[in-house]
Order: sequence, then structure tokens, then C-alpha cells
Amino acid sequence: MNIFFMALYFIAGFILLGVWGLLAMWLERKAAARLQFRVGPPWYQNFADLVKLSGKEMLIPERANSLVFIFAPVVSVLAAAAAGTLILFRAGDAILILYLLAIPSLGAIIGGSSSGNVLAVVGISREIKLLLGYELPFACAVIIPALKSGASTSLAGIVSQQQAGGVFAGSVSGIAGFVIAVFSLQGKIGLVPFDLAEAEGEIATGSQIEYSGILLGLFKLSRAILLAAGPLFVVSLYLGGFNLSSPGAAAAGMLKYLLVLVLMILLKNTNPRLRIDHALRFFWGGLALAGMAAILLAFIGY
Amino acid sequence: MDIKKRAFKRSLWVYHLSGGSCNNCDIEILDCLTPRFDIERFGMVLVGSPRHADVLLCTGIVNKKCVERMREVYDQTAKPCVVVAIGACACSGGIFREGYQMAGPLEKIMPVDVYIPGCPPKPEAMIAGIVKLLEKIK
Ligand code: SF4
Repeated sequence: MNIFFMALYFIAGFILLGVWGLLAMWLERKAAARLQFRVGPPWYQNFADLVKLSGKEMLIPERANSLVFIFAPVVSVLAAAAAGTLILFRAGDAILILYLLAIPSLGAIIGGSSSGNVLAVVGISREIKLLLGYELPFACAVIIPALKSGASTSLAGIVSQQQAGGVFAGSVSGIAGFVIAVFSLQGKIGLVPFDLAEAEGEIATGSQIEYSGILLGLFKLSRAILLAAGPLFVVSLYLGGFNLSSPGAAAAGMLKYLLVLVLMILLKNTNPRLRIDHALRFFWGGLALAGMAAILLAFIGY
Repeated sequence: MDIKKRAFKRSLWVYHLSGGSCNNCDIEILDCLTPRFDIERFGMVLVGSPRHADVLLCTGIVNKKCVERMREVYDQTAKPCVVVAIGACACSGGIFREGYQMAGPLEKIMPVDVYIPGCPPKPEAMIAGIVKLLEKIK
């Protein structure tokens, strides 16, 4: 594949995932509102937010390192889009995607630390701990499908294996891995039980506190793209992926995606925020151990 | 009207700034977020940082300790940003007009776009005020 086609794929994936993610974010807000007996925002809300943010003044704090401050959100959004595009076109390797999906959090950490704000520092300290926490179970959740498809980590291999011989979520270790993946994804996207890095009430959105204008919009966009790409990744790993060959197959893929998304939204709306030590104990104590056990199970063929 | 203005009107992010209020106005602001009034259907959300704010909701007489801080917060917001004075205190001084700590009203500190009187104003009054504000942004 030459570089031109790669760029074309990337741009198409970026636009598709951006629109998709903003709609998914609306679903998340709307569902939260309906569960609280509110009406909730209209469907175009997140698009309006983004356009508005692009029209606002972009402030760079005096104490900030302006180069890093500007590049952090740009890198976040590009990495999220790259990971999403790879998942969407089922190219690349699960381990590569694992790396790319970690970059948006790193971007938030670097941007927050360059902004020179005290509350941002509290936010990034939490974000770092959280990153260390959820990456371990998430890696476990990636290893299980790789083992099941005969030690192949290529996404296309994992998906075609499932389309030939049944989805991985049908086995014991598959179910465990699926649950672990959903929980770690919740932490990765920063949805409520694990939103302590941007806790609005106590540390005023943490690492993003000094961001304004389009830079803040880019952070929102990268989160939106993660909200589209993350569940898609889980669908590819455990639920047999999706394909766009016929309308029926596309609808089935969409349903799988919605299943994961709704699961995450329900988790979000039924749980209070955890404290950082509780979150770490949950990820390292509970989930990671369960992940190792599931890997063992997958190894002996369950 | 261009698209950015329209988006701005559909997505007002609110930052709540108290300049020595008696806390009653602040409670009424929170009322706007409850299921009965639910301002999120107009795209308004409460944000935690002045950098994200499109609207500053200011309550209270501005007392002498607060003046510098309120100016600072106003300077920190990303423009365009509108300022709403909520309650009799912020509009004119209210019952604390003769108080020894009075340094306001708010319009002495920053340019105010909308005044919503009342002690405290009802949530309906605040929503009506915001609607008038939206008509003003053209
Ligand atoms: S206007 Fe009335 S309710 Fe509001 S802060 Fe002043 S005294 Fe309190």
C-alpha cells in the first residue's frame, strides 16, 4: 500500500470515527439524562460544542510550555484516530493498537503537566496511576484472543478465526476476558466509576483545566473517537468483529457495538466515582488477577 | 447568522462564580440542573474551570476580599464570554447595599450583559433571563 492510500484511509477513518464518536457521546449523555428523568441534550449537541469551541479564544497560560501545550491534544486526537482507523479497516496488529490507544491518556498527562496548574498536577497524578492500573488487565484481555487464535496478534487473523469457528465470548475465558476488557475500557475512556482524573467537582476537570478553545475541543474529540474505537476493538476481539459487506452484516456489527456501548453507559450510570486507591486495588487486585486466571484457562483450552 | 454564533447559542457552558452571596442564589442556580428544569436540553452544562466557560453566573455583592479574585476569573475566561448578574445583590447590592464590605455591585468589576433580579431569583426567572441573552447574541 503506498503512502497516498494510507493517508486517504486515515482521513476517511478520522471523519467517520469523529462523527460516530460524537453521536456515541450524545447517546451517553442522553441515556444519563433519561435515567435521571431529564430530557437531555439534542442529538447535535456535541457537534455544536465542538464548533463553538473552535470559535473561542485559545488561551495559553503564561507558565505553560506552549509547544508541548499545543501539541499534546493534537497528538492525542491523531493517535486515537490512527488506532480507530486500524480497527475499522482491520489492518495492523492488536499490540500496535494497544500502544496507540494509550497515547491519548499520555497526551492528557503531558498537556496537563505542561500547563503549570496545581489542580492539573493532581489530575495527572491520578491519570498516571489509572493508566498503570488499567493497562495491565487490558493487556490480559488482548492476550486471550491472541492465544485463542493460535498465537496470532493480527486483528484480521483474530476476527477471521472467530468468523470461522464461533465468537470467543462463547467460552469461559472469553467471557472473563470480555468483562475485563469492558471494565478496562471504562477506565481508559474515563467514564464515571473511573473518571477521577477529570473529576469535575473536586479538581475542576484535572489535566484539561487550563485548556480552552479548539485545544479543548481536540481533547473532547479524542475522547469521542475513543468512545467509537474502544468498543469496536472489544467487538473485534471478542464478539467476532463486524464487516461491511452486506447491510445485514453491517447492522449486526452495529448491534454488537451498541451492546458494548450500552453496557458501558449502564456501568457509568449505576456507579459512584471510586477513590484512586480503590480504583487501583480494583484493577490490580481484582481484574488483573482474573485476567491472569483467564489467560491460563485460555492456555489449556477453555 | 454564521454557524459559530449559532453553535455558541446552542452550547453555553456555565461557570458559577460567587462573590460573597448568602448562598441562596447559588442553590437556585443548582435548581436549574434538576430534572424539573433541566437546562442541559438547551446544551448548557456546568463546567469546573473558567477557561471552559461561555457564561459567568455571578452571585452576591462583590465584597472587598472578592474584587481581585473576580477580576482575575473574568480575565481567565476565554472570550467571547457573557456575564450574568444573578440576584438583587449582584444587580444592585440588594439588602447589603449599605454593608461595610460592599465593593460592588458587579457592574463596577466587569461588564455585565444580563441582570436577573430577585432575592433569590426563581429558576424560571434565570431561564427567562438566559433566553433574553440568546436573543441579544445576534
Ligand atoms: S440576592 Fe438575596 S438570595 Fe441572592 S445572594 Fe443576595 S441576599 Fe442572598
